[in-house]
Amino acid sequence: MHELTAILVSMVLSATPLLLAAAGELVTEKSGVLNLGVEGMMIGGAVIGFAVAWTTGSPALGFTAAALAGVALAALFGVLTLFFLANQVATGLALTIFGLGLSALIGKPYIGKPLPSLPQLYIPGVTDIPVIGPLIFGQDAIVYLSVAATVAIGWFLSRTRAGLILRSVGENHDAAHALGYPVRRIRFLAVLFGGAMSGLGGAYLSLAYTPLWSEGMTAGRGWIALALVVFATWKPWRLLFGAYLFGFFSIAQLHAQGAGVSIPPEFLSMLPYLATILVLVIISRDAKRIRLNAPAALGKVFRATA
Amino acid sequence: MIKRRDFIIGAGGAVAATSVLGMPRIARAADKLKAAWILVGPSGDMGYSYQHDLGRLAVQKEFGDRVETHKVESVPEGADCERVLTQLATQGYGLIFTTSFGYMDQTIKVAKNFPKVYFEHATGYKRSKNVATYNIRFYEGRTVQGTLAGHLTKSGIVGYVGSIPIPEVIMGIDAFTLAFRKIRPDGKIKVIYVNGWFDPGKEADAAKALIDQGADIICQHTDSPAPVQTAEARGVWAFGQSSDMAKFGPTHCVTSNVDNWAPYYIQRVKMVLDGTWKSTDTWGGLASGMLSMPTFNIHVPENIRADGMKALEAVKSGARHPFDGPVVDKKGVTKVAAGKNMPDSEIAGLNWYTQGVEGDLRG
Repeated sequence: MHELTAILVSMVLSATPLLLAAAGELVTEKSGVLNLGVEGMMIGGAVIGFAVAWTTGSPALGFTAAALAGVALAALFGVLTLFFLANQVATGLALTIFGLGLSALIGKPYIGKPLPSLPQLYIPGVTDIPVIGPLIFGQDAIVYLSVAATVAIGWFLSRTRAGLILRSVGENHDAAHALGYPVRRIRFLAVLFGGAMSGLGGAYLSLAYTPLWSEGMTAGRGWIALALVVFATWKPWRLLFGAYLFGFFSIAQLHAQGAGVSIPPEFLSMLPYLATILVLVIISRDAKRIRLNAPAALGKVFRATA
Repeated sequence: MIKRRDFIIGAGGAVAATSVLGMPRIARAADKLKAAWILVGPSGDMGYSYQHDLGRLAVQKEFGDRVETHKVESVPEGADCERVLTQLATQGYGLIFTTSFGYMDQTIKVAKNFPKVYFEHATGYKRSKNVATYNIRFYEGRTVQGTLAGHLTKSGIVGYVGSIPIPEVIMGIDAFTLAFRKIRPDGKIKVIYVNGWFDPGKEADAAKALIDQGADIICQHTDSPAPVQTAEARGVWAFGQSSDMAKFGPTHCVTSNVDNWAPYYIQRVKMVLDGTWKSTDTWGGLASGMLSMPTFNIHVPENIRADGMKALEAVKSGARHPFDGPVVDKKGVTKVAAGKNMPDSEIAGLNWYTQGVEGDLRG
């Protein structure tokens, strides 16, 4: 395989868990809820997904269970913040800590057990086309799902009535409430959706990326997903671009090291963060537009009036 | 970021506080030793930290009621360690093991403030009256790996997934390369540092990149089994690290460098209990049993396995030194003359690549 092809194929793989989690969080944040528990929901999905896939032998069931695990953790967050009006930042952080601890406990019996990897698409002739073949027609099912989900979210938020309502709840919950929209129910559903996507993202790590369970294996990817949402200024297509950009530099710096480029590895490790922030800041440097994109009621507690 | 350990420590602090206020704690401290381990990764990493925790469990089993053991997981190297150490020391821990290189300066610093507490730092080189150091000669296993790899490789390119460029890692790379090039004089070693000890995803990425660049042998000095698993999936040979990773590479994991800390930990705890603890420097290898290598994979041709065994026995008996001269660095300077071996002091601070390793190190 040509080296550029190898970099691009690995780029897509490394971006997929980030994209899944970030796309879910984007919907949650668009509804006005800031859930910092992405890392916790990811690791919850990773361990449950692995446990179910290991027990049943079915990766599809594993991913389903992972999404449900994410939903369960998100529901906990949703109930606390939306119905008991707990502080969103504190509850989100607590969810991350809780998820990391709980997953370590659940995962104990699964340490040191390997799973087979996911099958990849292969269309004779088409997948063999240089560069685009393996890149576009040679991935596993979840990669396609992550892109499709991002596109669907973009369409949902900007082109459907339900998406408009969700955004209005995120912009001004009092106005939405006055119009008769069920603010808490909409937000709760958005939180659950975010949980499902984070769970899938985590399961992608434990079932496809490195099909094994080890404690803390998400290694901070939930935080990167959160940052991507902000730097993509809450726009799905920029999220897609940002996640792939991050993936590209993560992989390219490894290849550069392997090729013997004499740049200190510590600097190369910074590169994905630097480059992604830089590029996304440049494409979204218009402060007025950022303010327009950021949900105005993000992180604010909603108390129903009258 | 807040981590689980803050809560563990917080809870521990609360317990300590109640014991100060509520219960008398006179007799307890004298006969029961509290020993703590600070781990750089989660104890379930199936690698380096997992092996240390097996050592802790062995201590608990050996001494039963006479010791109380405690672990603090995923403590970042650097300043964070100082806080954890101080908390443990004030909570009455009498023996504290800091198990990663990056805890070195913090261990020395905190030890000064708690002269009655014994500290043991793994893989470092700074000692004081109440700080001992201990390490495993991991590089001895690299000689065996290099020998096996030299026979197994077709492309002559080895991919080496490194953590961070410190002597501990560099001595392994050099020892591997020296043994490898004895069999493949034209062989090349490509190194990728992932800038951390534990991130399965990134370790797998590095292994993939190396295989894409032509490597048909994957070596690792990181803590998760992801590189071995990646090698297995791509059909290239791999060597596991810290624990036996054969399960992650049933047909392609040649063997692993397995750390065995338990005998050392038991010995040191016994010394504290007997009142004979002294600051020492322990560096055990294959001969001491602190490093072992599981049976070579049955898929490796028999004659190659035999040659690997020969190398293992030679290193174990001392007949072969991993750094036997001539050793020449990348610039062509002879570092060890023919007929001589590199002294331990030089191995411990190794900061240059030998010929055959690609890329440069910056000091």
